[in-house]
This record gives sequence, C-alpha cells and structure tokens, in this order.
Amino acid sequence: MPFIANTDAERREMLAFLGLDSMGQLWQKAQVPEPEFDFSQMPEGISELEVSQKLQGLASKNDNGLICFLGMGHYDHFIPAAVGEVLGQSGFYTSYTPYQPEASQGTLQAIFEWQSAICRLSGMEVANASLYDGGSAIFEALTMSLRTLRRRREVVVSEALSPIYRKMLDTYCASLDLKINYVPALDEKSDIEGILAAVNEQTACVIVQYPNVFGTIEDWSAALTEIKAQGALTVCSAYPSALALLKTPGEMGFDIVVGEGQPLGLSLAFGGPYLGYMCTGNKLMRKMPGRIAGQTKDTQGRTGYVLTLQAREQHIRREQAMSNICSNKNLCALAALVYMTVLGKQGLREVAQLCHNKAAYARQRLSAIPGVETLGDSPFFNEFVLQLPRPAESLLAELLKKGIAAGVPLGKYYPGRERQLLVAFTEKRSKEEIDLLAENLEALL
Amino acid sequence: MKLIFAKSVEGRRGLRLPASDVPAAELPQELLREQSAELPEVSELDALRHFTLLGRQNMGVDTNFYPLGSCTMKYNPKINERLAALPGFTELHPMLAQLPEGEQYCQGALALLYECEKLLAQACGFADSTLQPMAGANGELTAIMMFAAYLKSKGETRRKVMLIPDSAHGTNPASAAVAGFTCREIASNEEGDLDIEELKKALNDEVAGIMLTTPNTLGFYNSSVAEVVALVHQAGGLAYCDGANLNAILGRIRPGDLGFDAMHINTHKTLSTPHGGGGPGSGPVCVAARLLPFLPQPKVHKNAEGLYSLSEDAPQSIGYIAPYYGNFSIIVRAYAYMLMCGGNGFQRISENAVLSANYVRERLAPWYEQKYERSCMHECVLSASRQSALGVNALDIAKALLDRGFHAPTIYFPLIVPEALMIEPTETESKQTLDEFCEAMIAIAKLAEENPEELKKAPLSTPVGRLDEVTAARQPLLRV
Amino acid sequence: MKLYAKTHEWVQVENGIATLGISEFAAEELGDVTYIEMPALDEKFAAGDIFGSVESVKAASDLFCPIGGSICEINEELEDEPALLNQSAEDQGWICKLEKINESDLSALMSLEEYLAFVRE
Repeated sequence: MPFIANTDAERREMLAFLGLDSMGQLWQKAQVPEPEFDFSQMPEGISELEVSQKLQGLASKNDNGLICFLGMGHYDHFIPAAVGEVLGQSGFYTSYTPYQPEASQGTLQAIFEWQSAICRLSGMEVANASLYDGGSAIFEALTMSLRTLRRRREVVVSEALSPIYRKMLDTYCASLDLKINYVPALDEKSDIEGILAAVNEQTACVIVQYPNVFGTIEDWSAALTEIKAQGALTVCSAYPSALALLKTPGEMGFDIVVGEGQPLGLSLAFGGPYLGYMCTGNKLMRKMPGRIAGQTKDTQGRTGYVLTLQAREQHIRREQAMSNICSNKNLCALAALVYMTVLGKQGLREVAQLCHNKAAYARQRLSAIPGVETLGDSPFFNEFVLQLPRPAESLLAELLKKGIAAGVPLGKYYPGRERQLLVAFTEKRSKEEIDLLAENLEALL
Repeated sequence: MKLIFAKSVEGRRGLRLPASDVPAAELPQELLREQSAELPEVSELDALRHFTLLGRQNMGVDTNFYPLGSCTMKYNPKINERLAALPGFTELHPMLAQLPEGEQYCQGALALLYECEKLLAQACGFADSTLQPMAGANGELTAIMMFAAYLKSKGETRRKVMLIPDSAHGTNPASAAVAGFTCREIASNEEGDLDIEELKKALNDEVAGIMLTTPNTLGFYNSSVAEVVALVHQAGGLAYCDGANLNAILGRIRPGDLGFDAMHINTHKTLSTPHGGGGPGSGPVCVAARLLPFLPQPKVHKNAEGLYSLSEDAPQSIGYIAPYYGNFSIIVRAYAYMLMCGGNGFQRISENAVLSANYVRERLAPWYEQKYERSCMHECVLSASRQSALGVNALDIAKALLDRGFHAPTIYFPLIVPEALMIEPTETESKQTLDEFCEAMIAIAKLAEENPEELKKAPLSTPVGRLDEVTAARQPLLRV
Repeated sequence: MKLYAKTHEWVQVENGIATLGISEFAAEELGDVTYIEMPALDEKFAAGDIFGSVESVKAASDLFCPIGGSICEINEELEDEPALLNQSAEDQGWICKLEKINESDLSALMSLEEYLAFVRE
C-alpha cells in the first residue's frame, strides 16, 4: 500500500467518531459523486522491490559511458560527494517553504548564504533565492525591465544567446505587447555594433550572454556605457563557473545578471531540475521576482533570517505580482552553495582554470586535424566552435558508436552553420579523452 | 548560527582537484577578474558540520507532523531518492537525445518520460500530458498559454478575461496575467462554493475561460463543478483545473471526466516528491484532445517497434517551456511513486486523506470556529476567530504549535476566511499522530481562554523566537 | 479642505497644487508600512489611474489617483522613512503633489464626514 498509515480498525474508529458506518457515507456527505472511471483498469501497485528492478532496468538502458563534450549551457562538471550528503539530510529535503521562519532557520540561513555567494561570484549587489532555470530567469529579467521602464516596449536580444533560451523567450513572450529585436551573431562573436545600433529610446533592455553561446569571452564594458546612455537596462546571462576566473558582469556594469546554476554542483540529469539565479543592484531590488531571504533579529536580539519583501510576490499581489513564480529551486540553490563552499575561493578558480586548460589543449589538437578549423580566434573559456569539412551531424552518429558525444551541431539552430560543431571541455575531461576525440575525428575525415 | 563566511580562514581548502594533465593556458589579463570571488575558505569537515547543523534547525516531514493545507506534506519515499540518483539517470546530458541517433543511448529515460505522461493522463482523465513545466505555477502558466494559443488559432481574439474564484491561490491570477489575460473575480456563496449565479452574470463573449481549484481552496468538493465547466464551455470559454488539491480525489474523480480542458499537477504534493525547503517541484499539465496540438515540445514519441524518439514537428506547439524535458529527476520519483500506488492505491490515498481531515475537523469542532459547517475533503479550514476575540490570533496558535513539536498548518489562507487555519493531515499520518495534534490544538484553545499571554510568547523552543519582519522589509539586509 | 476617495486616498488642493495621501483608516488597516512605491516626477495620471503602491509585510495596496494631473513633487522624507505613513498619514505622511490638475474630478470625492460614514459600513 502506498505508505498509508492507518489500519482498517483505525479507520472504523474514525468513521464511528464521525457517526458513519462506511467511507461511502463520508463521500456522500462531502458531496462527492461515485467514480465514473473504473480505476482497476489501471495497473495495480507494485512493491518497492519491483519498482527498483523496473527503474534500474530503465536506467541501464541509458548509456552513461559516453565521453561528454556537450555543453551549450549545461556542463558535465565534477560534483563533490559532500553535495549529495547535505542534500540527503531530511531537514533540508523534507521541509517546506520557510513560512514559519522559527522552524526553518536552516533553510533561511542557507538561502541568505547562497544569495551572498552568488553576488560575490557575479560582482553584483543583491540576489534572490533562485528561479527555475537559466532560461526562465532571462524571461524574468525581461519582465523586470518592462516593469521598471514602464513605457518602453522593445527588447534587443543577441543571437549569440543560447538558441534554447531564445526559444523559451519566444514562448513566454508570446502574449506580451512587446517587440523583440534579434541581432545576428558574427561567426564566433556577438555583433556588438549591431546591438548598439538596435538600441533606442523604446528599448527596455538588452540581453546578451557571457561567455557567449560559442564560448567566446567578450568585454561589454564600453558597450554598456553607450546602452545606458539610451536609458535601457542591460541583462547578462552568465556561465557561473567562468565567473570564478573572468571579469564579472558586475565589474562591467550590467544592471541584471542571470544564469544557469547547474554547473555549480547539479547533475545533468537529462533535463533537470536546474537552477536559475538572478542578481541585480540595490536600486532594482524591489523589482526582483521570487523569494528573498533577509537577516533580522528576534525578540531577544538574536540574529535570524526571514523571507522578506514578500509584498512583491503572488500570494499577496496576485495579478500585480512581479511574476507568477511561487516555489524556487531551494534544494538546488543549496547544492550550489555547498559546491561553492567545499571548493571554496581557490577551488572554484582552479576548476575554471582547468576547464580553460583542457579547452586550450583540445583546440590545439583538434585544429591540427587536416580539414578541421576553429571558428575565428577570439578568446574563449571552455567552449569553442569547430568548422568541419562535412556537416557536423553526419559525423556525430559515428562518433557516438565510438563512445564519444562529440558536441552540439550548430546547424540545428543556426541556418548556414551546418558544418559547425560546438565542443565543450570541463575539468573532468582528461588528456586521454581529448586525444581520443581527436583521433576518432581525424579517422572519420 | 554563524555564517559560513564568518567561519572562513584565508588559505583553508576543502576539495582538492587533480593537477592539470595538459599545459596551463593563460587568458589575457584584461579579461580576468581583478580579485577572486570571496567565497568561503573552510575545510570539508567544517563545511559538513555547518550544513548538517543548519539542516537540524529545520522541521521536516521526517521529523514532524507538517499539516500545511494545500501543500500535501506526505511522506517522501526513500526508494524514490535511491532511484532518482541512479547514474544511468543523473549522468545523462539532455542534449544527447537530440543528436543524430542519440536517442538510442537514452531509451530508458525517454521511455520513463513517455510512460509517465500517459499514466498521468489516464489517472486524471485526459488525452495526454506534458512533463516540461518546472513547478506548479509554471504548469499553470503553460496551461493558460495553451488556452491563449487555442483561442488565437480559432480567431477568438476578443476573449481576454479569465474568471477566477475569490478563494483562488495567488498564482492563478498571476499566471493569467503573465499569459496576457485580465482577471475577473467570482464570489463564493455561503457554502464556500463558486456562486453559479455570479458566474452566469460574468459569462460573455470576452471570457477566455475559468480557473478552478477542485476541490476548492476551502477543502470542499463542489458537486456542481461539471455544471460550471459546461456553462463556461457553452459561453465559448475553456476550463482549467488547478490540481493542487488532487490528493483529495485521486483514484475517485478524474478532472478530465468533469470536462476540464487542462489541469496541472504538483508532483511535490500529490505524487510524494520532496518539497526541498521550497523546491524543486514539478508541474505536469494534462490536456484534453482539443489542446493536443499546442503541447510544448520537444515531445517523446513511441513507434510501432516500441522505440522512443523526440519530435519537434508540431507547428502549433507553444514551444519551449523548459530548456529540455522538465525536471527529470523529480519525474523519476513521481513515476516510481505512481507505479507503487497503482489504480487501487490511488483510491486508498484519497479515502484516507479525506477521512483523516474530517476526523481532525470533527475533533476540533467544539474548539475552533468553522465558517462553513460541512464535510471537508483532504483538508479542513478552521478559523481562530473565537480565540482572536480573546487576543490570540492564528499566528499565535501557529507559533504555539511549533513549541509542541508540530509544524503549523497554513495560516491566513484562503483570504475569505478570517484567521484561517488550513489543516491537511495526508494519508501517510497515523491516527496516533492526528490525536496528538488535536490534543495540542485543544490545549492551545484552552490556554487562549485561561492564559493568552503565554501564547503570545511562543515559540520558545525553536532556535530563534519571533522575528522582526517589519525591519527586514524596511531595511533589507539580503547578503553579506 | 481634504476630500476622500472610496479607495481611501485623500486630496487637498491649494493654489492649483493637489497634495495626495492615504487616510489614517487605510494606514491602520495596512499595518506597519515597509515601502512606498512612488510615481516619477512629471508622470501624468488621470483620475482612477494607479500611481503607486504601499506595502506592508503581509499586504500591498495600489494607490488610485483621485484627481487627474502631473506629478510635481514626491515626499522624499516618506521614501526614506515609510513608518511616517503610520505615524502621520494625513499630515507629514503625504505621498506626492500634482500640478495642472483636473478640478472637475473633485466633485466625485467625499467630505471627511461622508468618508467616515462610508468606512463605517
């Protein structure tokens, strides 16, 4: 039985207390009609042992022996054992939203620490408790800009922003009275000039990615000054692992920074759950959606933590809420916090450096293959684009058979880029694995 | 407790990484950050100790009765945790399934998604479902966006108004607003049901649809739900079911059979996935036949040979709600749970949930006001109005419960009941626990009469006492 | 002479400038005010438009403009010290001032006596 506590005898007692003889009578009193559907048509419940066997069977039908060079927003980083250990603690995963703060100080302090950590990483002043994922976070940043600059109804978006996130934006923005101006990328670079040209007094915000979807590192500082002169807000979707090493969006002057926190200690897990993060400056604090934890004192002067600025949220403002978001990705934010703590100030920087080292080595090895070129020569973090002599898709199936998930074929998203392959390298990729990729790719060409 | 940053010492390290097996590569100095991020510097032991102690400061289902109304804090089966953590699931990059012939390497995961979608649709009486929405509110939004797309496809651009009961959860109007609709509130009648006469007055050719929570947020089953849905359909609108309270009718009533066009489910409520202190959840959406073309993509298909693949060729699809297929690890848990329940299990769940809630309601009836004198479903809404006349309000009662080792029920929701206390026991709690809870509630009611000042001091046994939320909002301190 | 709206805002006109605030009754209902969202200078509103909002810990209320006009001043002291609204809603807790006002909107408003009677219902 699915974890039902009471026995038949106890149920009879409870019914008797209600003055009833049967459950049928209670359903009647509650005005619930007889079932229309015959639920015995559905499979019967199985035991814990059987469900274990079934799902282990399904898990084994997935090949996790493949060497992963796939990126584009979600990466195969190493997850320290400590992360899972903390997430598995019942106080964290079996508790609910901290609406009774006195009984939820663990969650609230952890959120406060996460907010602090992600601010320090991104160079921004204030953060929220997390959003669903990097894509929906961009949408939240967009609506935040519309709420702040109420009379502006245009948005400029770089096509060097992940195509997956752009598809999500198109979906979420479908009902908004809004004009989105997409600015195409130039090879491996964002078209900064083109973006600046697209900004006018109707622009609520400009949205770019850093490093961009092709892995290129671009300094936006100068461009931001120009964009701000037009009164528009600037939104950066940033890869958090890279921020341990690179100039931060905060240093560059972005108004809102969002991104995908999966690289910080979350499994790839075939799609989620992932972790959206959002940071901004103090000026826009009250325009931020989602939950926020704040520090305060109790009646005895002890330091404690509460959810604050709740008047922005749906349970109070309803239609006028900053967003419809209710839950956050609390446990995911906790995972990221533990990751950032266990790796620490030095460790996170080392991970970033290792990623870049591997990518640099791979770039050398792969571009040495006859017929293979790298797209452009811009600085990159851990991802870059290979230009191949044949369509990328034609090679991928063969490489999979060799145990290699070689990269993301860009032609899937960008017309004209059919021969381009986006390859990613994390600290998990060894020299041997990279050599294997190079050897197999060379053999196929 | 001290913040992790306060425990840091310069130079202390946690995890060690392997040395680079490739040459070090330098990036131009002007691209690098000036100072390393000031993240903690602690040993792994200090880190574990810190987080373990933090975790112990939380109440959770594993340690306390947690009767939050409409949250369905049922037991989180441990086998689900074990299965969701299988490397065959956790190490799979979602892009793999979209590479040429990549789906061959993801058959188990794709099968799980597909079978789960169909199982959910069957359990709720719908044609199909999507597992993409990343939370309940995200599911609501997905459903309402499909309504918008459907109406647009029919040229029904006048229909811009969404009808919502005054008892609705705040996410309903918020989601409708994000999807481009304006909201109109429909009042409840004296029995706590949607007022049908008020509804009829509101129906016209500008109405896009209605969002109903079934059973409603007061914990009542509205036997005229099918009539409401039919009325809305007749007026040319669509009907959405907020499935937050599905636990009350699982295995008995299928919202699809009542005529609803779409419904969302909270896996972290009805389907036992953990609440995680506020997420991650998952909000699958079931749809009736006429909404099938609008489902988000990519979508999993199964061919005649039983092979699973992804498809993105639905021209009317609303597109991408999530970056990939939804919160897969959460879905693994929900699927395992549904398999363990089976159709027969679903029936037992709602029976027990409803019986327990009515039992609690009956035990507390002599002590707490009830705005509506009728049998409830899986949750009961009491009012602390009698106690508030003595100076003890719902908040005080909640804090007093914390001292007695119980997490408080939901307070001050729904808005239409003053000093509301919404109690949802769930079917996984034993009669003993329910009796202990009722005894505590009764003791508190007595204390409210005899010594209300005592209750104002609560909680005393928690790590902190009542916190100054006003200053926290006036002078926000959101980080160090 | 102060006039009141059904939505609990008050307005006092002097020399063509209208000062706006919320009633003591409304301030009490809200509880401890934590934040006031102010309109921007030079923003124009018609009677009935939402010109800002007042937040407390558990509630948020929109502010409805009782009279058409253009914002010429906001109470910066109130911005820094939201508690002023609870202390002196009808005096030092004024919210903003409008110029170029639409005097005819005043006829739809209530006197203090009428407002108090309305609130008592």
